[in-house]
Amino acid sequence: MTRRSNLATLLLFLATLFTGGLVGAATGSAIESAVAAPAIPKAEGQCVAPPEVMRRSHMTMLKHTRDVTVREGDRKTAEGLTACITCHAVKDASGAFVSIKSPQHFCRACHDYAAVKVDCFECHASRPLTEKTAEAAHAASSADLAALAAFARETRP
Amino acid sequence: MSGCGTDKTGGCGGGCGCGSAAPSAETAIDAGRRAFLGGAGAVAVTTLAPTVTLIAYGTSEAQAAGADPAKRWGLLIDISKCADGCTACVTACKTENGWEGGADNQQDSQWIRKVSLRDPKSGVTRSAPVMCQHCALPPCVDVCPTGASMKRADGIVLVDKHRCIGCRYCMMACPYKARSFVHHELEDQKPWAPRGVGTVESCTLCVHRVDRGEAPACVSACATAGGAMLFGDLNDPGSEIAKAVASVPTKQIRGDLGVDPGVRYRNL
Repeated sequence: MTRRSNLATLLLFLATLFTGGLVGAATGSAIESAVAAPAIPKAEGQCVAPPEVMRRSHMTMLKHTRDVTVREGDRKTAEGLTACITCHAVKDASGAFVSIKSPQHFCRACHDYAAVKVDCFECHASRPLTEKTAEAAHAASSADLAALAAFARETRP
Repeated sequence: MSGCGTDKTGGCGGGCGCGSAAPSAETAIDAGRRAFLGGAGAVAVTTLAPTVTLIAYGTSEAQAAGADPAKRWGLLIDISKCADGCTACVTACKTENGWEGGADNQQDSQWIRKVSLRDPKSGVTRSAPVMCQHCALPPCVDVCPTGASMKRADGIVLVDKHRCIGCRYCMMACPYKARSFVHHELEDQKPWAPRGVGTVESCTLCVHRVDRGEAPACVSACATAGGAMLFGDLNDPGSEIAKAVASVPTKQIRGDLGVDPGVRYRNL
């Protein structure tokens, strides 16, 4: 009696596993075809790190920067949200910078796709103030990058 | 597959940090592996070395630069020079930090306000700006349950909004009513003064300007309006503010509380 029920359980388990796998595979392919990959807006300027590093580690860099800036008062870090926002600003049809409310916004392009909610923009501005401040920030970030490049040359083993 | 994927990628050689760049090796290996799986191993690996130094750059500079613990930033406000109707400091603060014009006046933030004083016996009236007093022993920091209320090494008291949960204990604890709570959602804040719904905020002593070597916006505005405000390092005996504090009688508001405010008043 016990052995038979055990066998039945095993069969049921295997069947579930098999059909579950099939269903999973079917939905997996359906998802791939149904949802378009995000269209990532092109950025201006030179990034602080290669794209594959940024994709994986941008949140770590931002967290590191925010802590040293706010708590330690260090303003020399090259990576910072304002610099990101400036280079990655997206303009709409009328030529104005779009805010985080627009699905065209650089951060939203991927974060909507990945269903990851960010709350950076509850406090931080999600677009450059004006064209002029954007230019100034570009100039500042290129100076930062020059310093960074010099530092890298000096310290490379 | 080995951790670094030395075979076939042809790229791991030195860049991914097999043993050479120990502190950031984990990041480097992860990125390298991902790039290898994506079929772009060589490209990723050649560019990885600067990335490793980049992260190290941020950390080492942080220790070298930043808030100087030898300093104590403070203000000296001469009330006799502060005109009754003048609100130059308040306007300048609003413009600089972007807290003007909320949807509901009752709930608007107040980083700095003009307070009128009147001696009931003599009838003499005075007007004084009151903002966060940047205490040496800030009660707001004592009560904060998350560590969001903080004092920088150079004496500037701030709210780290990354940690603020909006409980408003600090507002209750502050003897100066210096802090405000943001009730409404905001957009297009000033990039140098982030502020958002559900967090507490107060005067930052224009920390972004101080870090650039400039005086706070209120002090700059007052210099042209009345010249009542003096900003500087209280710890530096050679600074104008320290000399003034050492030579003329000045007062801290509610000095009896023992919180040692960094903002001092003259002729109060």
